[in-house]
Amino acid sequence: MMTTEASTIGITHNEKVEHPDAVEMQAFGFWLYLMSDVIIFATLFAVYVVLGGNYAGGPTGKDLFELPYVLGETLLLLLSSFTCGLVMLAVRDGKKNSVLIGLAVTFLLGLGFVLMEINEFYRMIAEGHGPSRSAFLSSFFTLVGTHGIHVAFGLIWMAVMMGQTAVKGLTPPVQSRLMRLSMFWHFLDIVWIGIFSIVYLMGVM
Amino acid sequence: MSHPAIDVTGAGRGSFKSYLTGFVLSLILTAIPFALVMSGTFSSSMALAGIFSAGMVQILVHLHYFLHLDTSSETRWNVLALMFTAAIMVLFVGGTIWIMFNLYHRMM
Repeated sequence: MMTTEASTIGITHNEKVEHPDAVEMQAFGFWLYLMSDVIIFATLFAVYVVLGGNYAGGPTGKDLFELPYVLGETLLLLLSSFTCGLVMLAVRDGKKNSVLIGLAVTFLLGLGFVLMEINEFYRMIAEGHGPSRSAFLSSFFTLVGTHGIHVAFGLIWMAVMMGQTAVKGLTPPVQSRLMRLSMFWHFLDIVWIGIFSIVYLMGVM
Repeated sequence: MSHPAIDVTGAGRGSFKSYLTGFVLSLILTAIPFALVMSGTFSSSMALAGIFSAGMVQILVHLHYFLHLDTSSETRWNVLALMFTAAIMVLFVGGTIWIMFNLYHRMM
C-alpha cells in the first residue's frame, strides 16, 4: 500500500513518470482518441439510420428486439459504470484491495453484458436472421457488434489492470492507466445510450 | 492535503455522492424512455420526443458526473475537443440523413 504523498512525487517510485504533466497529457491524448472513436460510432449510426428501414422482406426490429432483455443489458452496463467510478475513488484514496474488488465487480458486470449480447446475436443468427439477411441486419450487427467488441477489449484491459494493480501496486503509471480505463468504460456506456435509444427503442416503435 | 496523480485530470474530483447522483439520475433517465415505449400508450411522436430528450440529458449526466466535464479550466480543452467532435458528428449524421433521404424521395 502506498501513501498518497508518494504518488504525487512519482520519482520516488521504481516506475517513473517522465514529465511532470505526463498523467495530464496522457489523459488528454486518450480523450482525443475517444473523440475519434465517437466519429466511428457516428458514421455507423448514420449508416444504421439510412439502411435501418430496408428489411428485404425479412424481420423488422419489432419482430427481433425484446425490450426487457435490452433493459437488462442496459442496467448491467450502467451499474458497471457506477462501480468503475467507485474504483476511481478507491484509487484516489490509495485503497488497493478496494480497487481490486471494485475492478472484479466491474469486470463481472461487463462480462455479463457481453455474454447477454453474444447470446442475443447467437439466437438471431441461429434463427436465420444474421447480418447477411437484410441491409437492416447488416447495419445492426455492425453498429452493435462494434460496441460489443469495444466492451470486450475493455474487459481484457481491465483484467490486465487487475494484474498490474495486484503486482505493482497503485504506482502513478498504474493510477494513470486505471484512470484512462475508467474514461474508456464511461465512454462505452455513453455510446450504449445512443444504441438503446436509436436502435432498440425506436426499432420496436 | 493529498494530491494523487489522477487529481490533475479531473477523474479524482468525483465523490461518492456525485457518482451516486449520476447513477440514480441515469436510472431514472433510462426508465423514462423504456416505460414510454413498453407501455405503448403514447403516440409515436411523443415517445420519440421522450426517447431523444431523455437520451440527450442522460449523456450530459454521464459527461458531468462520471467523466467530470464542467466549465472549469482543468477540463477546458476536453470540452473544446468534445464540442468540435459534436460539430463533426452533426455534419456526418445530419448530412448523411439529409442527402440519403432526399435521394430516396426523388427516386420514388
